[in-house]
Amino acid sequence: MKLVKNAADRLVPSEVNGQEQIPFKGVNKHKPTGYKAKPPIRSCVDYPWDGNKLVKDLKSALKKSGIKDGMTISTHHHFRNGDYVTNMLFDIIHEMGIKNIRWFPSASFPVHQHLIKYLEDGTIHHIEGSMNGPLGKFTSEGKMKGIGVLRSHGGRYQAVQDGEVNIDIAVIAAPTADAFGNATGDRGPAACGPLGFALVDSEYADKVIVVTDNLVPFPCYPWMIQGNNVDFVVKVDSIGDPSKIVSGTTEITKSPDRLLIAEYIAQFLDDAGIMKDGFSFQAGAGGTSLAFIPFLKERMKAKNVKARFVRGGSTKYLVELLNEGFTDYILDGQTFDLEGVRSLRENPNHINTSPFTSYNFHGKGNFASIVDAAILGATEVDINFNANVVTHSDGYLLHGIGGWQNCLYSKCTILAIPSFRDRIPVIVDEVTTLCGPGELIDVIVTERGIAINPRRKDLLSAVKNSSLPIRDIKEIKKEVDAICGGKPARPKLNKDKVVAIVKWVDGTVLDSVFQVEN
Amino acid sequence: MKESIKSSAGKRGDNIRSDCYIEIQLKDSGGIKLDLKSKVEVMYGESIKELIFEMSKFFNLKNAKIVCEDYGALPFVIAARFELAVKRLFPGSKKEFLLPFLKQNEYSTTKDRLRRTRLYLPGNEPKFFINAGLHSPDGIILDLEDSVAPTEKDAAQLLVRNALRSVDFYGAERMVRINQLPKGLNDLKYIVPHNVHVILIPKCESAEQVKAVEKEVDKLKKQHNIKSEIYFMPIIESALGVIKSYEIASASKNNCALAIGLEDYTADIGTQRTNEGRESIFARQMLVNAARAAGIQPIDTVFSDVADMEGLRQSVIEAKSLGFEGKGCIHPRQIPVVHQAFAPTSDEIEKAKKIVLAFEEAEKKGLGVVALGSKMIDPPVVKRAIRTIDLAIKNNLLNKNWKEKQ
Repeated sequence: MKLVKNAADRLVPSEVNGQEQIPFKGVNKHKPTGYKAKPPIRSCVDYPWDGNKLVKDLKSALKKSGIKDGMTISTHHHFRNGDYVTNMLFDIIHEMGIKNIRWFPSASFPVHQHLIKYLEDGTIHHIEGSMNGPLGKFTSEGKMKGIGVLRSHGGRYQAVQDGEVNIDIAVIAAPTADAFGNATGDRGPAACGPLGFALVDSEYADKVIVVTDNLVPFPCYPWMIQGNNVDFVVKVDSIGDPSKIVSGTTEITKSPDRLLIAEYIAQFLDDAGIMKDGFSFQAGAGGTSLAFIPFLKERMKAKNVKARFVRGGSTKYLVELLNEGFTDYILDGQTFDLEGVRSLRENPNHINTSPFTSYNFHGKGNFASIVDAAILGATEVDINFNANVVTHSDGYLLHGIGGWQNCLYSKCTILAIPSFRDRIPVIVDEVTTLCGPGELIDVIVTERGIAINPRRKDLLSAVKNSSLPIRDIKEIKKEVDAICGGKPARPKLNKDKVVAIVKWVDGTVLDSVFQVEN
Repeated sequence: MKESIKSSAGKRGDNIRSDCYIEIQLKDSGGIKLDLKSKVEVMYGESIKELIFEMSKFFNLKNAKIVCEDYGALPFVIAARFELAVKRLFPGSKKEFLLPFLKQNEYSTTKDRLRRTRLYLPGNEPKFFINAGLHSPDGIILDLEDSVAPTEKDAAQLLVRNALRSVDFYGAERMVRINQLPKGLNDLKYIVPHNVHVILIPKCESAEQVKAVEKEVDKLKKQHNIKSEIYFMPIIESALGVIKSYEIASASKNNCALAIGLEDYTADIGTQRTNEGRESIFARQMLVNAARAAGIQPIDTVFSDVADMEGLRQSVIEAKSLGFEGKGCIHPRQIPVVHQAFAPTSDEIEKAKKIVLAFEEAEKKGLGVVALGSKMIDPPVVKRAIRTIDLAIKNNLLNKNWKEKQ
């Protein structure tokens, strides 16, 4: 495999799974021209006049969709670890004897380790999405037939629009749908909130199958997926385990060290002058990024400050801000708890968004760069503020990118991270895998202090009189290395074998993930 | 020399974090065989092996099968567990494997420093040690007493010793609670040579107990040529202790504070602890009085409901009104709440400023008496005012250059 050095000085392949690749050229440097990919022309006369697109089961729908070897099949991850449909889908594909599928999920979860046997027997050729937990281990050990492709949520939309990925069949699990194919995620026994991650699939795939366990008479309204894009509807007994789709309640971390980080973040937003009337922020679902919200709320209350909008994934903590008047809107891409789902369904100011509006590189602008502050996590950060979210320091793939890369475009990107986990330093000399260029990462908040990217002179000067422990990132790293007993050794990687690539938001290749040697 | 063939130390299991399990089995031949399983093998496997081989050599182990199951333990923890496994094989061994003493820990304390918060850490739970100082308590207590299981006392002694040397306390006062006497006397050799600042003497009931600790500490200080002061904080936890509190408080010139422990005290007087605390009002007032009479700090008990921050705040305000200067903490989140509640009010600060300025004015003029308006100010009042100013600065309520800005 031929590897070339890209603009970030990382070795990346120029061809992956038979497709030519463009190496990363630098942030905002790659702008493709021409026309977007487009779905085939359909005519309504070819569809049932009575609007009833029900077929008897998923197998029939796949047959009618013309499934064959080597196709690209997509699924969404709104059901997270409670997803039944993807496993069911590949059981059927396997039973039909179909091989070499390119699986194109918006993300994978531990529940999908069921698919390892299909990766082994050639039913699935490779994954383009995320490779979490057991799938990550499988991929890292070089066992997948093809090369994995990791993309951000926005990058997935871009890949489809650039024609990099042509979805042959999209299988969209929907908590409620009608027989015409209109579908929503905010109600039904497996309610999950928005269905935005399946939007591009519904618009661009050759064939679209909606699978539901809650069929309602036409119209299913309000709809998130339009029936006019849907070919077939399948009714099954159950599409997911509600207790694993959303948690009943999300709890804030009890770890005193994480709470300290959360408190620092709230104080930073205040002291740096970001927390002011009409501001906006995005919070993730991690324990720490949730925990700063109540601290921030106290400060907003004390200074009588109100946000214009906050971005989800939503949880009851964001819903509280909305209900108590601390924000005008929640712009939500996914929902992490039942309170979030209820609010999305009932409160018109809790708005369903998709990667198209939020993150798409080929949109005429996107929401991510309008947000004043994004609070994110990372597995590693290096002294140049480059960050990693997909591999751990031992070289194994463990997480997907999610919306993380896209959120880096916010006006102030803050990574909330412990300085080390058990004995593993999080601040390192060089990240194992580059997922986010340091020029987009502004602040690192750890329990041992806050490091501000020297490029952000404005932020450095804004907090110069703050009581916060503002420190040089190298100084924090030095302290942590001393605690852990010296610099950590690097994993042994087979630099001849790329097991996955990390795409940047514009479709170029930012870095390679190499096989871990045992 | 083989007093026992096999020993083990530390903890194992899926839920263990920042600790490790060590097993040593002595053999007749074959050298040292190490079986290492570590969560951080890729990053620190080599460094763990190095440490274990170095320690095997230090303790003269020639032929042994060693198992190490590591859950991300830091070097000072692995060293403590390994040394314990060796000591359990050779109980008579006097050799100590000491890691370098951290430079940042070479500071001393003073008898009258602020002691608003002291954070208790179970002495055999290393995962809590490393970040404790980041929460800025006035003192950190490594506990060898109630939080340590009777069978793990030897483990905690070595772990606490290593922690005193290797864990950065970030400027907090370095405290250890020893076991109830006479057993606690045996704890001292693990802490006195390693820059402990304050020794907490639990369930104290007589002046003799304080004197016994003092005698042993003096002996160890001489042996190890230690010059810095080590202070004592007896904890009163019984009816008898309360009655003898003044004798105890004045038993040593190195007593810096007297603390009360209400869980045991209320049991001892045959009642239960309540939120209102009527049952302990006598004991607490007696303790404040005894401590003040002996010229040391009265320190209140811990507040045990870690979820109830408002209850904690109220209890500190009450403690402050009774005359206490500090409170025990069992969770880092309690620290800022206690500090805020002990902070002086703006009225108190304004009054203290006037007194301090009047005192300095009087000194400048060489006057023997300080007066504020027509009122004479006594020396203890001046001292209290200086303390109030200190507290105000520490709580960011007053700029440390406040005099220039007058």
